[in-house]
Amino acid sequence: MGLLFIPSKLHPLSTPNPHRLPSKIARDDEHELVTAAKSGDQSAFEELVSRYEKKIFRLTMNITRNNEDAEDAMQDAFMKAYSHLNGFEEGSRFYTWLVRIAANEALMRLRKRRPNQFSLDEPIEGDEEMIPRDIEDWGPSPEQRYAQSEMRDILNGVIDQLSPDFRVVFVLRDIEGLSTEETASTVGISVAAVKSRLLRARLRLRQKLDRYFRKDGSH
Amino acid sequence: MTCEAVIREISNYLDGDLDTTLRRAIEAHLADCKDCQVIIDQTKLTIDIFCDSEMVELPEDVRRRLHETLRRRMQAARK
Repeated sequence: MGLLFIPSKLHPLSTPNPHRLPSKIARDDEHELVTAAKSGDQSAFEELVSRYEKKIFRLTMNITRNNEDAEDAMQDAFMKAYSHLNGFEEGSRFYTWLVRIAANEALMRLRKRRPNQFSLDEPIEGDEEMIPRDIEDWGPSPEQRYAQSEMRDILNGVIDQLSPDFRVVFVLRDIEGLSTEETASTVGISVAAVKSRLLRARLRLRQKLDRYFRKDGSH
Repeated sequence: MTCEAVIREISNYLDGDLDTTLRRAIEAHLADCKDCQVIIDQTKLTIDIFCDSEMVELPEDVRRRLHETLRRRMQAARK
């Protein structure tokens, strides 16, 4: 479920749309699959794996930015989900539960590999850098100026430049659609820290995309 | 309201997480400040581009190893 980008000139005073909700990838039979898997039906669990493997790999890759860690985290996350299926409360969404398990597996590996680059709840200082300068319009649909593979390279290059503190919060909150509270509890930081890091992550990503998207193509 | 104050509230504004008074103050500022409006539009587009992109693909060999490993580990867990 994507929100369309509405040019500001058309709706300068419109009420902002709340940020997108998690994509509705759950199908009608998910509940039945989970119930069957809980009762020991291995093929039902494998169907759940097939359904979410791409998204879970995207998540573990986006957090760890390392192929080996991402693969290990994904395998362990699915295995942990299988082992703890009986603890899953069926009133909640299976995918959200799975995302939190996978995020924890990925975070564990990230912290192990980069122990000095990932802080828990330290305040982020330095507001001066937040204020954008040299602002220029991107024009309509700037992303369509690039082929899909070029765009993928740009986005990967840009997100690689974000520090893990900011990247993890952006991935969980904006790409995976966890709530601010769910993100805080998954990462183990306060809600205020999530909001602060999310703001900076979004502004930094905008700034880094600016060189590719501005109308004069000055990158 | 200053541009700096608006920038600090961009996330809350985009998430619909502001009280009415502050939201209206921001919107009043945006009506007269093209730069802040551009920054808000570009920040929202940045989020949407990342959400909609296929920036990570699951390689076939990684997918195959996942299923092989899970089958092996699930069978071991059931013994």
